[in-house]
Amino acid sequence: MKQSKIGAWIALVVGALYFVVPLIGTFEFSLRMRRGAYSFDAYRVVLTDPRFQATFGYSTVLAFATIVVGVVLVVPTAYWIQLRLPRLRPIVEFITLLPLVIPAIVLVFGYLRIYGSSSLLPMTSNERATDVLLMFSYVTLALPYMYRAVDTGLRSIDVRTLTEAAESLGAGWATILFKVIFPNVRVAVLSGAFLTFAIVIGEFTMASLLDRPAFGPYLQLIGANRAYEPSALAIIAFIVTWACMGLLQVFGRGTKALAAPAPGRVK
Amino acid sequence: MAQQSQVAAGMPPIARLRPSQGFLVWLGVAPFFVFALMFLILPTGYLLVGAFQDPNGNFTLANLGDLFQPSILSAYWVSIEVSAASAIGGALVGFFLAYAAVLGGLPGWIRPTLMTFSGVASNFAGIPLAFAFLATLGRVGLVTTLLIKFFDFNIYSTGFNLLSFWGLALTYLYFQIPLMVLILTPALDGLKREWREASAILGASTWQYWRYVALPVLWPSILGTTLLLFANAFGAIATAYGLTGSSLNIVTILLYAQIRGDVLHNENLGYALALGMILITGLSNAAYIWLSGRARRGLG
Repeated sequence: MKQSKIGAWIALVVGALYFVVPLIGTFEFSLRMRRGAYSFDAYRVVLTDPRFQATFGYSTVLAFATIVVGVVLVVPTAYWIQLRLPRLRPIVEFITLLPLVIPAIVLVFGYLRIYGSSSLLPMTSNERATDVLLMFSYVTLALPYMYRAVDTGLRSIDVRTLTEAAESLGAGWATILFKVIFPNVRVAVLSGAFLTFAIVIGEFTMASLLDRPAFGPYLQLIGANRAYEPSALAIIAFIVTWACMGLLQVFGRGTKALAAPAPGRVK
Repeated sequence: MAQQSQVAAGMPPIARLRPSQGFLVWLGVAPFFVFALMFLILPTGYLLVGAFQDPNGNFTLANLGDLFQPSILSAYWVSIEVSAASAIGGALVGFFLAYAAVLGGLPGWIRPTLMTFSGVASNFAGIPLAFAFLATLGRVGLVTTLLIKFFDFNIYSTGFNLLSFWGLALTYLYFQIPLMVLILTPALDGLKREWREASAILGASTWQYWRYVALPVLWPSILGTTLLLFANAFGAIATAYGLTGSSLNIVTILLYAQIRGDVLHNENLGYALALGMILITGLSNAAYIWLSGRARRGLG
């Protein structure tokens, strides 16, 4: 028994080293900008860079739009599947898993062909329309996580009884959805929202190929041209991810919706 | 709770009392299916069909045949190798970490800490992750310079290069290991303490316990998750692009270049390239789903 305990400690220490050392290395590197002394110069340069503010702001707005559209799309669907069309559940679940199977770069390749400037619905012909296309791309990327979170939330409440109670009190479908169902799956929706934010904020592939000024392509640009700023940006990105996951833990306590995250997206 | 909903299901629900709404019932899921059609099915379908067409739209298998030219084949091969190396490495290390946290008899705070950190690290990917590894193991990175300073040991003189195959695989481990930990921990919870006690009473050694009891129960989870990690790495691009720019010849970076500027000089060959990727990630995901179904049944 003692031997296995030593083995466990070794595994943990090696694992911890592998995960902590790059963070220390990045932080140390980000402080090296001023010659001969540690300083936060790299952070000052990054945070005052107008392109940082513009791209981070753009991606933040896009993330919020993605969350709103994702929630409006997923909650009524999952609710309706649970209440009226349970036989469709396998199909819908299969579809929500597709974004994990089809690589993001393949999806955006298809979008560029179907919604390119010479197609029937040329969404890449002007910037606003491309923004909308990018937002829907992100809704697609976030779909597996959002759907699982909301579906788990809906399973933990008695959807049928709540609906019937509301109907017998004379509520219409909008009232049921927004005043009864939504408040009851608020925690699940928030979990999905934080995960979506973490996915969207630094996403590179889709934003880059759709040629929009998002945070991911900005990161790539700085990485190719600067020495110390990329490390500062990596630390900032890590803090943002940590904040999203921390909030998810705080709000998602008790729901096991998101035990298994994350294949395939921002990478 | 369960009883309640059974009772509710037994009663004639008010919502079902209006049978005339057959069409309206379907309207409720229409937005979702329109969305799926527009942003999943049609775009992918367009590429799949295009892979079987020549530039004039006639049916052909030539594009699939053209995939077997050396430059494309080597891109697929490097991608498969990097994904396999990072998946197997991630699965091994992740297994030992999960095992240490669940069954290793460590202090109670270790496990929730490990799980939270895994949640963060599995989402810390893409370009920032590439930056982190450049700052650590790049030519002037912290670990590289410290090793030279204190041990007079230059890892770059051993042939190591972060911007190469092993460097990329090592970087991918940063999100592969945590993913393994997150998925495997619940499976390890399913190993019942009584099984271990029972086999110990029957005189089994630790090795025999693992060989004949624990691994037969766990292998669908372990193998399935390894395949998931493989697909996860195979579709990845941002980390590789942030690390090496376009210098490493993996299939996602080749496809990126093809989308940007038709480097293959054949649009339809680009579609075939995408088709090949979907086949590979699709097969490994399908195997994962099949195996995790087995794992659930195995654990009862």
